[in-house]
Amino acid sequence: MGQIEWAMWANEQALASGLILITGGIVATAGRFTQWYFGAYSIAAGVLICLLEYPRGKRKKGSTMERCGQKYLTAMVKLFGPLTRNYYVRAVLHFLLSVPAGFLLATILGTVCLVIASVIYLLAAIRGEQWTPIEPKPKERPQVGGTIKQPPTNPPPRPPVEVRKKPSVGEEEAGTAGGPQVNPIPVTDEVV
Amino acid sequence: MGNWLASHWLSVLFLVSWLGLNMFLFVYAFLNYEQSDKYYYTRQILGTALAFARASAFCLNFNSMMILIPVCRNLLSFLRGTCSFCNRSLRKPLDHNLLFHKLVAYMICIFTAIHVIAHLFNFERYSRSQQAMDGSLAFVLSNLSRHEKEKDSWLNPIHSPNTTVMHATFTSVAGLTGVIATTALVLMVTSAMEFIRRNYFELFWYTHHLFIVYIICLGIHGLGGIVRRQTEESMDESHPHNCSKSFLEWDKYEWSCRRPHFVGHPPESWKWILAPIAVYIFERTLRFYRSRQKVVITKAVMHPSKVLELQMCKRGFSMEVGQYIFVNCPSISFLEWHPFTLTSAPEEEFFSIHIRAAGDWTENLIRTFEQRPSPMPRIAVDGPFGTVSEDVFQYEVAVLIGAGIGVTPFASILKSIWYKFQRADHKLKTQKAGHAALNFDKATDVLTGLKQKTSFGRPMWDNEFSRIAAAHPKSVVGVFLCGPRTLAKSLRKCCQRYSSLDPRKVQFYFNKETF
Repeated sequence: MGQIEWAMWANEQALASGLILITGGIVATAGRFTQWYFGAYSIAAGVLICLLEYPRGKRKKGSTMERCGQKYLTAMVKLFGPLTRNYYVRAVLHFLLSVPAGFLLATILGTVCLVIASVIYLLAAIRGEQWTPIEPKPKERPQVGGTIKQPPTNPPPRPPVEVRKKPSVGEEEAGTAGGPQVNPIPVTDEVV
Repeated sequence: MGNWLASHWLSVLFLVSWLGLNMFLFVYAFLNYEQSDKYYYTRQILGTALAFARASAFCLNFNSMMILIPVCRNLLSFLRGTCSFCNRSLRKPLDHNLLFHKLVAYMICIFTAIHVIAHLFNFERYSRSQQAMDGSLAFVLSNLSRHEKEKDSWLNPIHSPNTTVMHATFTSVAGLTGVIATTALVLMVTSAMEFIRRNYFELFWYTHHLFIVYIICLGIHGLGGIVRRQTEESMDESHPHNCSKSFLEWDKYEWSCRRPHFVGHPPESWKWILAPIAVYIFERTLRFYRSRQKVVITKAVMHPSKVLELQMCKRGFSMEVGQYIFVNCPSISFLEWHPFTLTSAPEEEFFSIHIRAAGDWTENLIRTFEQRPSPMPRIAVDGPFGTVSEDVFQYEVAVLIGAGIGVTPFASILKSIWYKFQRADHKLKTQKAGHAALNFDKATDVLTGLKQKTSFGRPMWDNEFSRIAAAHPKSVVGVFLCGPRTLAKSLRKCCQRYSSLDPRKVQFYFNKETF
């Protein structure tokens, strides 16, 4: 489990929690449940969390799959600097955001999931992870045939002429003893 | 499109049946709760939310039953083996078991959402009718529990106006297990997202075992009997059609209706999930038993680009081309099993796999073997699984395209073709096999030792296809790919473009094999 970047899972969990908060909030507000104003708060909190968590951070190793259309939100989240980069801040923020939603049954599932996300972010922060924005790469024009390089100009090294012109008996012996591949049926080699 | 449908008709039929069953069960349960007389009084308080909650619960039971079956790979292997006389296209759907598992999981999420939202309304309405104090039918019904005799014939689970919905939820079995099960479900889903699964597999694997929590909570969810219906005797005595209007006079006079009596539902989820749980327990036991069987590593080869080849022997092991095995190494990780395609041919005396460093477990394994340990670490093997790739041998001309480690299944096929040629196997139709291997290391062929075409850079598929079409104007050409989706798209287009309109001339059939 050494290479796990907990922040990546915390991000998925927080995004899911945001959506659950929004759904619970809509149900409570539309149904005018008792203390429905907590539901209204939930919707706002959920939207904020979704906006914050939608842009995925960059992985430490390897390439990161961006979420569809995340570059606009990345630019906005980047503006807050250390507030969004630091995962301790996110852990505390998510925990605080989850508390008011815990007073209403319709949103309590969102609270539970958000608290779990907050704990995972805390774990990520303790391990020194931080949020790095995925920068857009300059778009390369695909070059047709660009990957085809020049074939080598020199012929492959061959043994000296005398060895090549040896009688067939010696050649067959050399062939079966682990020399070049001998195929039972003729194989044509076509160079592209 | 027609070609795709012809080879996938059974999968489509299966999916359509499953969706159809879901819709049927939902509508059936919905109509039952919406129209049946024994829920008449319950509906007076809850409205249509009752029917939505119960219908989605019905479908949740069905889908929770279905979700365990596709991951019983030994069971599926058994089914595949029993049906070996069947046409290959009938067995192919068994290979898409994980896709079906995901679809059922999405359906469970959707129905869970409907179920939870409906029950939120139900609890809210129960709470309001308890506090109403307006002398309505709902209020009267809610206070039935206050009568001393027949203590258990209440309707409203919220027994007093001071009880909040929160309190009612967390002090009832149904509420508590519901919250726990849903939380487990959310955690399972977030850790199973493709991004997490591909890059941090162990996290997905361990978190996914929360399904045990989900199943247990599902089993005991209905214990409280909160969903109440009017008893048969009560209906005979005072049917709602006759008595509901005169609710203010129940039990008042000799001639008036009696109060209705209610009884709760016994839990029924366990009836749905018991059999799949038994099958799954058997599956895990079988995997454990197979893992205890001795596997001898006959050779371990370190290839360039950090690829480890392991050649092994196991008593009673027999494989076919294109199959895969699950490998476990207790010294690296006690619980983890990872899948690898078999790269050896069935004609060889050993079976082999090629492992590329792609995460914690594989890197640890490669590092262990690099140190040439003696004795060799113990390996456990489960399998082989997967539908045999016999199709390759049915085409006159086969073009196998593998990208990166995707060359591994074709190694097995090519070696098998080689052996079949050697032994003049008559069943082999293939006369010509061309292999384009997009390797990391362009200088040597990592796997087969066969002479291969040397190409520099990425092939120009249009050139390749027009060349093959020109060389084999009357043949049926099978194109097989094991590689990324983008490559599959361009190859499929090429197949369509270079297939002749005349069915007697060259035809390209594209097969995306997921190994």
